[in-house]
Amino acid sequence: MSASRRRPARLALLLCALAFSPLAALAQSKGLEIDIVGGNASALPIAVVPFGGDCGQTDVAGVVRADLSRSGQFRSPDPATLPERPTQGSEVAYPTWRMLKQDFLLVGRCVPNGDGYRTEYELFDVAKQQRLLGLALIAPAAAMRDVAHQISDAVYEKILGVPGAFWTRIAYVTSSGLGRNTRYALMVADADGYNPRAVVNSTEPLLSPAWSPDGRKLAYVSFEGGNSGIWIQDVATGSRERITRFRGINGAPSFSPDGTRLAMSLSKGGNPDIYVMDLVSRHLTQLTNQYGIDTEPVWSADGSTLYFTSDRGGRPQIYQMPASGGSASRVTFEGSYNASPTLSPDGKKLATAQGAGNVYRIALMDRSTGSPRWSMLSPGSLDESPSFAPNGAMLVYAAREGSRGVLYTVSADGRVRQRLELAGGDVREPAWSPLRKR
Amino acid sequence: MAVSIPHIARVLTVAALASAVAVGCSKKVKETPPVQTPVDTGATTAPVEPPRSGVYTPADLDTDACLRQRVVYFDLDKDALKPEFQAIINCHAKYLRDRPSARLRLEGNADERGSREYNMGLGERRGNAVSAALQANGGSPTQLTVISYGEERPVCTEHNEDCWSKNRRVELIYTDK
Repeated sequence: MSASRRRPARLALLLCALAFSPLAALAQSKGLEIDIVGGNASALPIAVVPFGGDCGQTDVAGVVRADLSRSGQFRSPDPATLPERPTQGSEVAYPTWRMLKQDFLLVGRCVPNGDGYRTEYELFDVAKQQRLLGLALIAPAAAMRDVAHQISDAVYEKILGVPGAFWTRIAYVTSSGLGRNTRYALMVADADGYNPRAVVNSTEPLLSPAWSPDGRKLAYVSFEGGNSGIWIQDVATGSRERITRFRGINGAPSFSPDGTRLAMSLSKGGNPDIYVMDLVSRHLTQLTNQYGIDTEPVWSADGSTLYFTSDRGGRPQIYQMPASGGSASRVTFEGSYNASPTLSPDGKKLATAQGAGNVYRIALMDRSTGSPRWSMLSPGSLDESPSFAPNGAMLVYAAREGSRGVLYTVSADGRVRQRLELAGGDVREPAWSPLRKR
Repeated sequence: MAVSIPHIARVLTVAALASAVAVGCSKKVKETPPVQTPVDTGATTAPVEPPRSGVYTPADLDTDACLRQRVVYFDLDKDALKPEFQAIINCHAKYLRDRPSARLRLEGNADERGSREYNMGLGERRGNAVSAALQANGGSPTQLTVISYGEERPVCTEHNEDCWSKNRRVELIYTDK
């Protein structure tokens, strides 16, 4: 834990880190909880000053601060410790922030505008004494958290050169009850867990949500009607269509990067195999045909390759094959059980739910340099369903705490992990949306 | 062997086996005494079901000690039918033979560990195993439907083997009696 520049806020984080365990996070169920795993000395210090003016009910700076901290790339001092509270460039005294060892400074203010607010913000490089960003956003009052997430994205991209993925959403499934009395819901919430809303409610199981590349539709599996079927639903309008109703398993839908095809797992041939459906013609192409379970296909970003789970070698492992068909080759050789593959947008990282005995953790395989390097992103013991953020910098996954499922986000380097605050029920199967377009 | 079988199921199974051997599965259905002739070929086939003179009726589904058992349990990551469930297979297969109009839905389930979609496949394999066993004993494929619920319909939600063993199951649901 090499923290040379320690502020009170950091101290709290470090204490949290020292006491780290999955249960420690559970114990403090209120407020912002962040597990810092192995220190984050390389995180960039950025002071996010509370915004001035009138921003309504939303603590815009607070949302930005939480976003940036959750990424693992930034750390921000507790606003209560800030000696000055500038709200615009003319009020910024650089020496103050240099003394506080802040590399960056974000200030802003809101002005009521119609039924909403005009939010202005400025980002400064403290060392260079230079303004990096100066922008304004106009939004209705109900969209002020969106405004904050968009500011987080802009700051993240300006400093790191990589798009932020804060103004995105997460789809997930909740359930309550037992056995035949279980109730299921497909939910969509902001990437920080706020603003959850039900997209589908059902008395039959729902699972495997997958976003269309434009972020407007969700494909998922529903058992309504007595057997599994793949559905595609428009998230905004709620209109939906059943895509498959084959005998046996209709599962694991995944949109191609261009949105024209849907990969899936169907067992109509006797056992689960990988198929690809052209969504316009509805023509179905079978890609695998062999004894064993082939499921959970996901596409490479260029659409040329499918990764999927198969137990053709005995236990589940990840395989890859050309999306146009051909032979499959095994990708994962570490861990006795690998399933639920998710790919980073650059295709260099593959995360799986990796099992050993009764312990399942999120594992990351990095193929950017020669031989694959594995690292563990989660502590276990029943972690599953990893899903990369669209910028590849974070993942969301499902974990078990007591009898309920919860969602965590974790930075792709595994250093920062946070439990998402989501209302009751058993929560699982998160799917991180694509980047949104303004 | 029986470590992972829920206690009650085990007791019921033992009781079922005992009744199958001693007096047959049903009190209403008269059966000839069990002819437990050893298999002289040495081949390891499933035990031959004792021939029955009576036929099952839908009422037996509620009263017959064997037919009332509608859950078959499996070992971790396994879809092999365990020998102790053969008696259940035998009496349900006989019911299907006796009642050609009967329809049986086999709902395969898995425990919570591992991927949900993979567990869908696992549940289906278990359903298929029960379906194959019923067919081997005279059930007709047209009477049988397999559906997998994977890990989506647990009957127990604690995170331990006792609970997991209750969830690794195939439920036999008569949709037509």
